[in-house]
Amino acid sequence: MPEMTYRDALNMALKEEMRRDPSVVTWGEDVALYEGSFKVTRGLLAEFGEERVKDTPISENTIVGVAVGAAMGGLRPIAELMTVNFALLAMDQIVDHMAKIRSMFGGQVNLPMVVRMPGGGGSQLGAQHSQSLETYFMHCPGLYVAYPATPADAKGLLKSAIRDNNPVIFLEHELLYNSKGEVPEDPEFLVPFGQASVMRPGTDATIVAYARMSILAQQAAAELENDGISCEVIDLRTLTPLDTETIMASVQRTGRAVVVEECWRTAGLGGHIAATIGENCFDTLRAPVKRVSGLDVPMPYSRKIERICIPQTETIAAAVRELMAAKY
Amino acid sequence: METKLRAILPDHELIRFYEQMVLSREFEESCAEQYTKGHITGFLHLYSGQEAVAVGATAGLHRDDYILSAYREHPQAIIRGADPRRVMAELFGKSTGLCKGKGGSMHLFDPDLNFMGGYAIVGGQFPIACGLAFSAKFRGEDRIAACFFGDGAVNQGTFHESLNWARLWELPVLFICENNFYGIGTEVHRSSALASIHRRTCGYDIPAEKVDGMDVIAVYKAVKYGAEKVRETGMPYFIEATTYRFRGHSMADPAKYRSAAEHEVWKSRDPIPNYAKRLLEEGIATQAQLDAILAKAQETVQEAVRFAEESPWPEDASVYEDIYV
Ligand SMILES: Cc1ncc(C[n+]2csc(CCOP(=O)(O)OP(=O)(O)O)c2C)c(N)n1
Ligand SMILES: [Mg+2]
Repeated sequence: MPEMTYRDALNMALKEEMRRDPSVVTWGEDVALYEGSFKVTRGLLAEFGEERVKDTPISENTIVGVAVGAAMGGLRPIAELMTVNFALLAMDQIVDHMAKIRSMFGGQVNLPMVVRMPGGGGSQLGAQHSQSLETYFMHCPGLYVAYPATPADAKGLLKSAIRDNNPVIFLEHELLYNSKGEVPEDPEFLVPFGQASVMRPGTDATIVAYARMSILAQQAAAELENDGISCEVIDLRTLTPLDTETIMASVQRTGRAVVVEECWRTAGLGGHIAATIGENCFDTLRAPVKRVSGLDVPMPYSRKIERICIPQTETIAAAVRELMAAKY
Repeated sequence: METKLRAILPDHELIRFYEQMVLSREFEESCAEQYTKGHITGFLHLYSGQEAVAVGATAGLHRDDYILSAYREHPQAIIRGADPRRVMAELFGKSTGLCKGKGGSMHLFDPDLNFMGGYAIVGGQFPIACGLAFSAKFRGEDRIAACFFGDGAVNQGTFHESLNWARLWELPVLFICENNFYGIGTEVHRSSALASIHRRTCGYDIPAEKVDGMDVIAVYKAVKYGAEKVRETGMPYFIEATTYRFRGHSMADPAKYRSAAEHEVWKSRDPIPNYAKRLLEEGIATQAQLDAILAKAQETVQEAVRFAEESPWPEDASVYEDIYV
């Protein structure tokens, strides 16, 4: 299997699906001529032409809304929002339209569309450009939400998203674009939605994470191994559908769980997962579920203080150690 | 024939324009160096090439008028009066920065100067400018809101909604579009159905004009006229200043989408040397004076860098400060 970056794996998925299905089209700000502000759409305009690969004005709500209409009309649009922060300008089309149209109209129409967007913090982009909004999408019924951690999953999940007949929010982490891993070349390689991956098996505690947090959780688990603590790391892959089965099976074995989320803690997805574990594994839990979260603050620019607002490998490791040391 | 400069403004003000443009350029070029050294991180959008707009426009406004801008705003803050040392410290993420290191390059703010912020969400500033103008009108204050934005911002809903709103509520807003012909890599004709931006205001019944944004005097005159019109009528006015950024969109952009020939044409229209030539030709300044102005600007910028370097980092506990009152 060739080794490639998360960025190139996404690019490969886009190209393969556009070759496979002529109804796949894509548009967004600077995706065509400029080849994407993070270069995920490199080579698309050259290969597929300007009918299928289109630059748009800076009009996020309409970027998504036109994709909604095109999907209703029978195309498979992939809209790119330059970053997740700008999805806030498109929340009307995402939440009021894309998520609702199928059920509101009694299941008479499908919306086979994807909205791709990079997100996450840690690049000193300040309060308006460093947000982790995954919970916002997960909160809304009618949307699927994928957020890959590895290059292989980036490819397999994006291909599944494009082929799925449901509207998908596809999140990409800005700090993972350059990360490398083995990626299957098979154009039929798909990663199904709703199946978490056990990145690392373990017996003492379960760490549930997603996207970049899963990578940090793996590092923390490797560190903890040296201290004789064996962690199982579960990477969610898709937040909706959420693979509660895999989470529960693991927690029932380990009896301890740490949920890691990059987003704000209050009313965040970590709280939802912790509650779900509590509801389902109450009798096997040896300690309350712990959460490691982004701090509940607007992200500061200065790198000195930005760092403490985002979960780091050491904060995850410390949470597991605390959990192991606690006596109940 | 071009009007002679002395017929427009006294010498010291004409020279101040030059000082401000040179300081802006020196500041921005120093930022590029500090970014390369890793002292400035995140996104860094530089203003080099567009100086005539900020300098001319600020001079055409009153000191009480509000200014709002986007993320390419360091010179706009400095020309309004922000201390270059505190602007540089903000860019370094230090606690002595204009926003205590929390804002960064894209979010400068100084209420004492009525500099009401740099905003990084394209189009975010339009309704806020209307709100400030409403508040000024409501409270009977003699001030207007000057709202700067790029050619890329005019396709946001907030642009259209705010133009309509400003005219409907008769708000004193001066809209100033800095048309540098690109929104990142997308040339204005590829994003706007009507690329002559000032003509778009007819749908909102707002008077508009287009001005050469490489000519500081032309910008000054247009903004002074526009601001007076707004003050007089209490209604919005619109200026499109055509200009060019000499660098990429941000430090991460090599700007390969622009031809060398196009770049050369605009380089030859660099607002700084062209204005220097006029000052010399009309005997308003000597070469020695202009050299001294450059040296002084360089010294100011070096001092700003020194100040930023020596300033302390924000305390960790500060992340919880300033969120709620
Ligand atoms: C709502 C929103 N969408 C997209 C972006 C990403 N973005 C930042 S600057 C920019 C281009 C803006 O161009 P223009 O308004 O012409 O300003 P200039 O950079 O030329 O000064 C884009 C698309 C953003 N910051 N906010
Ligand atoms: Mg522009």
